[in-house]
Amino acid sequence: MRIKVDLSVIGQTRWYEYAIRFLFGGLITAVAGIIAKKFGPVIGGLFLAFPAIFPASATLIEKHEKEKKEERGLRGTRRGREAASVDAAGSAMGSVGLLVFASIVWQFAPRYSTWIVLLGDTVAWLTVSVLIWYVRKQV
Amino acid sequence: MSQILIRFLVGGAVVSAFAIIGDLLKPKSFAGLFGAAPSVALATLGLTIATEGASYAATESRSMIAGAIAFMAFASCVSWVMMRYKVSALLVTICSIPLWFGIAFGLKYIWLN
Repeated sequence: MRIKVDLSVIGQTRWYEYAIRFLFGGLITAVAGIIAKKFGPVIGGLFLAFPAIFPASATLIEKHEKEKKEERGLRGTRRGREAASVDAAGSAMGSVGLLVFASIVWQFAPRYSTWIVLLGDTVAWLTVSVLIWYVRKQV
Repeated sequence: MSQILIRFLVGGAVVSAFAIIGDLLKPKSFAGLFGAAPSVALATLGLTIATEGASYAATESRSMIAGAIAFMAFASCVSWVMMRYKVSALLVTICSIPLWFGIAFGLKYIWLN
């Protein structure tokens, strides 16, 4: 299966849909910091993998897929639900990459420069996530 | 206060950027990988290392492993429920949030204490 970039989505997304994700993303980042300050890094760290914008993103995918189908005069409820479900399955695969990301920071942050660790982490997250997705598609 | 504001702005920007990348990609299963991007961690770890030190960030990251396992269970649950039952994405995702809390804090008490 080929990976494609669909730029038409940009026009489909309303300004307030971007704003909601910015708001939730900003809030969870700020709240994670406040929790870490108040309850310590052990509890605060949990929230670095909190699915803060997941409800907003899944709803958006469901809505867009439904609208696409309805433009062609068809009912898109089922299609919207399936698209959101497949996206969530992809996120479950991506969470293995998230786990690898966290493990690398845990092991290497105290020993190496911040930028090297964060860059290496991001590359590792993407590589592991894509590899798992690719293997899953082949099976 | 200014550090919270910086976290809010940087976090909002990084999370939104990964969400937009996910929106643009097809197939949806591939785009979903970006739903589990380490956006909050990327937005905060640099600042955390600079202000609290690398050991503090390492401790946070060890906890993040538990959060990521909880995330995996959460996303799998959402996917499974939506494929099998006629429920909206918003309802499933909101109702599955306690699952994330249960697993994340369960692992915290079993493994991180």
